[in-house]
Amino acid sequence: MNPWLAGALWGLVVVTGAMIVAAWSTWFERKFAGAMQNRPGPTEVGPVGLLQPIADLLKLLQKADIIPRTADPVLFNVAAPLGLILVLATLAVVPWAPGLVPADLDIGVLFALSISSLMVVPVFMAGWGSNNKYALLGGMRAIAQAVSFEVPLLLAALVPIILTGSFRISDIIAAQADGHWFALWPPGPGALAFVLFFLCSLAEANRIPFDIPEAESELVAGITTEYTGMKFGLLYLAEYMHTLVSSIMAAALFLGGWDGPGPDGPHWLLIKSLLLFAGIFWVRWSFLRFRGDQLMNLAWKKGIPLGLAVVMASALWVHFT
Amino acid sequence: MAVIDPHINIDDYEPEGDLVVLNLGPQHPSTHGVLRVKLWLDGEVCIKAVPYLGYLHRGVEKLCEKLTYVMVTPIIDKNDYLAPITNEWAINNSFEQLLGVTPPPRSQYLRTICAEIQRVASHLLWLGTFGLDMGGALGGGATLFMHTFRERETVLDLFEALTGARFHYNTLCVGGNRHDIPAGWDVLVRQTLGVIASRIDEYESMVHENAIFLARTVGVGVVDPVLARALGVSGPNLRASGVDWDLRRDAPYGAYGDVQIKVPVRTEGDCFARYLVRVEEMRESIRIALQLLDGVPEGPICALKPVKLPGAVKIKPGIGYASIETPRGELGSWVIADGTERPYRCKIRPPSLHTVALLPYLAPGNNLSDIVVVLGSLDPVLGEVDR
Repeated sequence: MNPWLAGALWGLVVVTGAMIVAAWSTWFERKFAGAMQNRPGPTEVGPVGLLQPIADLLKLLQKADIIPRTADPVLFNVAAPLGLILVLATLAVVPWAPGLVPADLDIGVLFALSISSLMVVPVFMAGWGSNNKYALLGGMRAIAQAVSFEVPLLLAALVPIILTGSFRISDIIAAQADGHWFALWPPGPGALAFVLFFLCSLAEANRIPFDIPEAESELVAGITTEYTGMKFGLLYLAEYMHTLVSSIMAAALFLGGWDGPGPDGPHWLLIKSLLLFAGIFWVRWSFLRFRGDQLMNLAWKKGIPLGLAVVMASALWVHFT
Repeated sequence: MAVIDPHINIDDYEPEGDLVVLNLGPQHPSTHGVLRVKLWLDGEVCIKAVPYLGYLHRGVEKLCEKLTYVMVTPIIDKNDYLAPITNEWAINNSFEQLLGVTPPPRSQYLRTICAEIQRVASHLLWLGTFGLDMGGALGGGATLFMHTFRERETVLDLFEALTGARFHYNTLCVGGNRHDIPAGWDVLVRQTLGVIASRIDEYESMVHENAIFLARTVGVGVVDPVLARALGVSGPNLRASGVDWDLRRDAPYGAYGDVQIKVPVRTEGDCFARYLVRVEEMRESIRIALQLLDGVPEGPICALKPVKLPGAVKIKPGIGYASIETPRGELGSWVIADGTERPYRCKIRPPSLHTVALLPYLAPGNNLSDIVVVLGSLDPVLGEVDR
């Protein structure tokens, strides 16, 4: 097939699928949070509120699009879609089943992680371009956080790479076939690396308890303070997608991807990543937030030594087995 | 953390980077009302903080001069809008002092019970909003908030059963109470307080063993007891700094003379100590309320004959001052009467005003995130700060 046409088709399928999953995840999250907080969550739009995401979208589209007079129009306007584009680009290298992958890059892991670390650029563009002190503080915090958590995240991602000997994600998943998931085996470093990877991706995606860039109790709404309407929606969606993509990456690198009991296939990767995603909701609605310096301490004093240790342990494991 | 002089002249300060002036409020999610704090930030560290008051000024004290003694109660209700009954009680105490009237024992008991269950409601709301300050409206803080609000609702239901209003009751009058205890109310109170007591244990296990909560509160915003006394701080904020001072025990009013009161005191003076003192106070309030409920005497609920006309009460010239212990501290009412049916002058001494005065001393040297937590832990109510 024409590579351009194939790319376009893949893009259509993956992006649409991701959007649908993300949209109805918001519904699920609101129901979930409601259950945790003794309230029903959305009930009015559609059966058990199922059409709520569509209503939200329509509401956001109708809102006035306000660009502050003092804002930098280029940075301010580009930031919102750029974040979403970057995070969706990560999905290009995720294999859903053997051979079922948009682009099977031989540097797949590296590509995904470098794109997701670029996510800090639109965040800072939004923070700087808004020309608002709260947004600027949020942008500053986002950079500090992303730079700190990048290192342990990469170290944790190195573990499956060392164990497999390949940067290609489909190779990594294939090496975990028949239940030899890296989160379970080798016993020590695999599990630790999985936890570290998961926590660092939470921090990368600015989720509670690491959501200090948009800590609304002190920074009003952080980087999104000046955004309205669909641009706000895009920023919010990008962050949401980032969390979803992080869950998919964690499921692919550590939980065996498409491998599972019964027939293997894309459904297993989807189920695993959605379970991780729901775990993120659980954490989000039950934890308080760290302070900035405590977060840096966590990254530099605990995360990086732990990351180095698991990398060393997995290298020794490969050497002696 | 560097020690920074709170009285520093900001022009003399040499910042490491650029100095940012940030107006925290008056519209801000975590200033607990319309408080505006002007912050000078070096990076994210605060150098100087100046609170600006008056955004919620409604001229309550002036209004009181234009209203009759009977009409003052519903207006004064709105001062401390998280514990309305204490406003009513303080002002009516000073009127009664001027008149030389003592409310009958049944009224005293009822007032005391109401004040104590109001303290539970107020502290529950504080606990929830304190969670919001640390956990955000879209996170764990909101979960704590929703849970404490569930219990607060049941307390408001009790007030609804007693006075017909969930808030701003207008239930006290000069010389006693307006609303007598309805049939079955004591059973309802026992039931509700029993549930709340078990839920407080639940919250404590949720919050107390949470490493993030401890990391955010322990050692943050330490209030020096000497400074606190010099600024006139009272209530839980003072007791968390190791000053054992509670009007309920040290200058009993109402029915507090008839019960044993344990006053929780902590010496650390940080946000966590203030949290611990408030949680203990909730338990103590439940205990006091249940104890009083067993011995409510029979009899009239008002020493004067029930007021029908607004101008029915006249007070001969004199000065009266009465103070009571509200959930936030010592609330005083100073009234000058001139022989007419209206007060000549009415001055409220709100505890929160003195609490807010602590902020310029606590904020410098702290991170912006911590300032929000410190402000939340002090529990000011802007309605009574600005009046």
